[in-house]
Formats: sequence, structure tokens, C-alpha cells
Amino acid sequence: MFSRDTWKEIFISIQKNKMRTFLAGFTVALGILIFVSLVGLSNGLKNTFDEFFRDDATNVFFLFPGRTSMPYKGYKSNRQIEFDNSDLADIKKTFPQYLEYITPRISRGALVSYKEESNNYTTRAVGPGHQFNEKTIIMKGRYINEEDIKNKTKYAVIGRLVEKDLFGDKNAMGKYVDMGGSAFKVIGVFQDDGGDREERNIYIPYTTRQLIEKNNDEIDQIVLAFKEELGYAGAMAFEVSLRKFIKEKKYIHPDDENGLFIRNVADQLQQNNQFANVIAMVFSVFALGTIIAGIICISNIMVFVVNERTKELGIRKALGATPRSVIGTILLESVFITTISGYVGMLIGVFLLRSIGDKLEDYFIMNPYIDTGLAIFATIILIVFGALAGYVPARRAAKIKPIVALQDN
Amino acid sequence: MIEIKDLHKSYQMGSNSLHVLKGINFEVKEGELVAIMGSSGSGKSTLLNILGMLDVADEGDYHLDGVPIKNMNETKAAQYRNKFLGFIFQSFNLINYKTALENVALPLYYQGKSRKVRQEKAMKYLEQVGLKDWSHHLPNELSGGQKQRVAIARAMVGEPKVLLADELTGALDSTTSYEVMELIQKINDEGNTILVVTHEVDIAHMCKRIVHLRDGIIVKDEKIKQKRASEYVQ
Repeated sequence: MFSRDTWKEIFISIQKNKMRTFLAGFTVALGILIFVSLVGLSNGLKNTFDEFFRDDATNVFFLFPGRTSMPYKGYKSNRQIEFDNSDLADIKKTFPQYLEYITPRISRGALVSYKEESNNYTTRAVGPGHQFNEKTIIMKGRYINEEDIKNKTKYAVIGRLVEKDLFGDKNAMGKYVDMGGSAFKVIGVFQDDGGDREERNIYIPYTTRQLIEKNNDEIDQIVLAFKEELGYAGAMAFEVSLRKFIKEKKYIHPDDENGLFIRNVADQLQQNNQFANVIAMVFSVFALGTIIAGIICISNIMVFVVNERTKELGIRKALGATPRSVIGTILLESVFITTISGYVGMLIGVFLLRSIGDKLEDYFIMNPYIDTGLAIFATIILIVFGALAGYVPARRAAKIKPIVALQDN
Repeated sequence: MIEIKDLHKSYQMGSNSLHVLKGINFEVKEGELVAIMGSSGSGKSTLLNILGMLDVADEGDYHLDGVPIKNMNETKAAQYRNKFLGFIFQSFNLINYKTALENVALPLYYQGKSRKVRQEKAMKYLEQVGLKDWSHHLPNELSGGQKQRVAIARAMVGEPKVLLADELTGALDSTTSYEVMELIQKINDEGNTILVVTHEVDIAHMCKRIVHLRDGIIVKDEKIKQKRASEYVQ
């Protein structure tokens, strides 16, 4: 069946019937191309969502104090709520079973200078846990530790770009920088996947910041992480208890929405993932539809091809072609065309996705790609169904009596 | 060579049954050139199709070269056609995307002959029909007479026991018809058995025997004195 002569027959038939070959090939190539593109774009969309959250840990709550909007327990409304160090300790004490770590964050802008170089940066006064929720990567030295917090050391961990701005090519480690009038020793340099802005931050111990600001114990924000094993439902339950606990402690009316704000990253991630999944599902439905449409098209073309060849097949049968050889020729030809064009369509699709890269980032599509296995699988599906679709009319044609086929015009 | 006994064939036309062949008995010996004559509807083409295993009879016996042709599956029939029979059709039935040479070589392909043998043999038979120089032309580049000669070469190439020709001159003008018949006579002179279905009297008289068919039965079976087609050709 796979002799050189069979192939020669097929090549001649393909060569001499360019229109038919083109139709079948084009359909398959287009089907695969659209499938690959759709799946790729949907993956690109998912990439964007993932990228959005990759920078930060997802098991994190951000607590912001607000201004009350209801009077409660003798306090007037419109009262500014403030966090202080005792809140950290209380949360730690009340929710040990939920808590992974807790850290305050006090952000201040500061003019930072080293020798002649100076620039404005954001300083974040934090605890050691903060390294995890921002996924800060230490390049040199170390991060803020518990000793720094206890001793209120004037140590700073600076971003990669801060080092580059102020020190050029030189090593910043161990040098002293002036930060709003105080000298801080650089004990570490970090990088961050969150981008340039993140790498222009400076981390210092929060107790040091409080010491500088007249030795108070005020905190801007509280960042805390829950244990991953809580899962989504556990995290939501924890958020409810936490909100209740702080509202009680700060005398905020239980129904007051403005006294305390909690940003739940896990919840946001969940919602966004759901959104991304819905979109991916829609894309999958379209992709599946494309494949089905491709199968229907190739079936139609095969029926057309066989009908067109009825007379030729009749001649061949009169000259001694067996039904088997008739079916074999048609099938082999169709499989050959679908394989080649399916492969070409797949390659074009994959190259198209590659060339898109981050050009469509404005449309929330980043680095679209398709799993090679899936692309090949779809191609094979189309080839198999093309062959199957060809087999039915081919068998029918092989069964037609030669005399009937010869009368066909 | 051919032996048929009490052959019947009907076609189902809706609820009516059309009895086309009503008991044909007839025999053809090796080397004969037989014309089967009759008006349209006499059953002559049906008879030829059954003889060519393109169609099957409802009743009766058919022996081809001593082999009973009965209850054959398509594969077997295809092999027998390939080995025993050569067909020449009114409408030539050449494959239009194949050259003259490729068309002639096709039966050999189904005989499983090697490419080299196919080429050589096909060329030899094309030369015999006088179309050596046209071997690489497509059918639509050939005249009607040339097409029929390619078809004759194709029918001959497998060295069949019997050549079956269905109105082989039906689509040709008379001069070309005589040229084609001259070729048929030449092939017959070499000892090949040929059956020609025709309704043209002059073509029939170029054979050696005429079988008259009317309404599905043989009304007359006569040996005649052959007219040489070369007498008509200038």
C-alpha cells in the first residue's frame, strides 16, 4: 500500500487537481491556525492575570485605618482610627492558629543622598515578615531582622535601582546614606519582580521610623499573612473574625464600613481567576467549535472530491482496480493533504503567537502560547476525522458498480 | 473463449421490472471478431457489460476461458477484468489528468508490474497504434481518433483474452471510424478475440460474424465475409 508507485499516483493526482487540493488543505490549515491562535490568546490572557499577582504573595491581607462614619459607644463619628504596636501584639495573640506572619508598614517619602548623588525615594518602615508578602529577593547582604526591630538600628535595605542611582557601579554594602537628615547603613540590596518602581524603595526597621518620629508607636498599615493551608474559605472566615476583632477594639460600629479597610489579596485573586477561567472557557468553546467546523468542512470536501472522481474511479475499476486500492488511494491522498496542511497551519499559528509576544499587552494578552502537545493533538484529531470523513464516501465509491460510475458525468 | 447459456437480466424501474435480456445463448471462439448489432434498447450494451463483468446477470451461466463467472466479489471481479478483459468505450474514458502514456500504463499498475516494465510496454503499444510521438500529451490535446487509439492501446496493454468494444466509433466521424476499425482488424489478425457492439451496419460488416439482437433475444447469428476497412481509407 505504501509503495513508491502508490505515492507517485497520489502526487500526480494532487498536482493535477490543484483546486481540490488547495480547498482541502486550506480548510485544514485555517482550522488548525484558528484553533492554535484562540488557545494561544486565551493563554496570553491568563498570563496577564498571573503576572498581575505574581509580584506579591497571595495569602495576604492589607489593613488600612479609616475615618468612622457612625457614632458608637460614646464616640462621635468622623473619628480617625489609628493603628499602633499593641494592635500587632493583639492580633498575634488572638489569631495564632491563622497567622503566618504580621508586619506593619509605614511609608514616607525621603530625600536620600550619598556623596553628591541624591534623589527622592519611598522608604517603607517594616518588620521582617514584609520580605515575604512583597516577595523581595535579596541580592546582597540581608533583610531587616528581629534584632534590628528590637535595637531600632539605623539600617537600610535598598532597591537595586537605588544602588544604581546613588552608587553607580560601586558597591553600596556597608556605606552610609543620608535619609532625611539621619545616616543609615546599607545592609542589603534587593530586587523585585514588581518592576522598576518597586526597586526604587528602601526598607528600614519600623521601630527606627517610630523612634525618629518622636518615639511614637503609630502604624500606617498592617500587613499580615494567613497560613496557606486555610484555603480560600478559611481565609474568608479569618477576614470576618479579624474585622470583628479590630472593630471591637477600636470602638467602630459593626455596620460602619469606613472605619477599617481590609484588602484581601486572596479574594481578589480568586475573583480574577474566576474571570480569567470564564474567558478561557469561552475561548475553549470557540476553539472546539473551530475544530468541529473544520471536521465538517473537510468531510464536505471529501464528499465533493469523491463525487468528482466517481467516473475516474469507475474507469480504474474497469481496468482492474480493486475496491481496496480505490479506498486506499483516496484515503492516503486525503490523509497526506490534511497532514501536510495541518502541520503548516499549526506552524503558522505557533509562529504567529510567538511573534505577538508582548505586543498586545494593552489588550491584556501577554506572551500567548499553546502547549505543543495540545496543538499536535488537535492536528491529529483533524487528520483522523478527515480520514474518517473520507473513508465513508470512498467506501461508497468503491462499492458503486463500474458501469454506474462510468455513466456518471 | 466465451460461452453463455440462458442469460437473463432485468432492471427495476420503480415498480415495473424491465426485462432486458431474455435468455441469451451464444459462444465466441478464440480469434473471432464478432459484432453485436441491434437498435437502442435491444440489450446489446447490457450484454457487453455482463460479459465485461461490469454488471451481473440475474440468471444463466457465463464461462470465460473456461472459468465460471458467478457470485464474484468486487475484488475478484476486478482481478479478472484486469487479467482477462480489455475495454474500449464510446466516450474513450481516459483519465483526463494523465498523459497518454500514463493512461495506457494504468492496467499494468493494477497488475503490479514494475515501473520500468509499465513504461516500456505502454510505449510499445502506443507505438503499435501509431501514437508514439503523442505519449506525453494529455487526452484533451488529442483528437477523437487519437483518444480512441490511446484507449485501444490501454485495452491491449494487459494482454487480455478478449477485447470488448462498446460503440467504439460512436463519437467519431466516418473516416476516423474506419481508421480505428482498421486498427481493430489488425489486432484481430494477430489472433486476438474481439467483441464489438455497434448499431452501424458498415462497422458491423468489417467484423467476421454478426449477432443480431432484438428485444433481448438473438434473432440472427451469421458469419459474413469481412470487409477490410483499408478499402475505405484513402
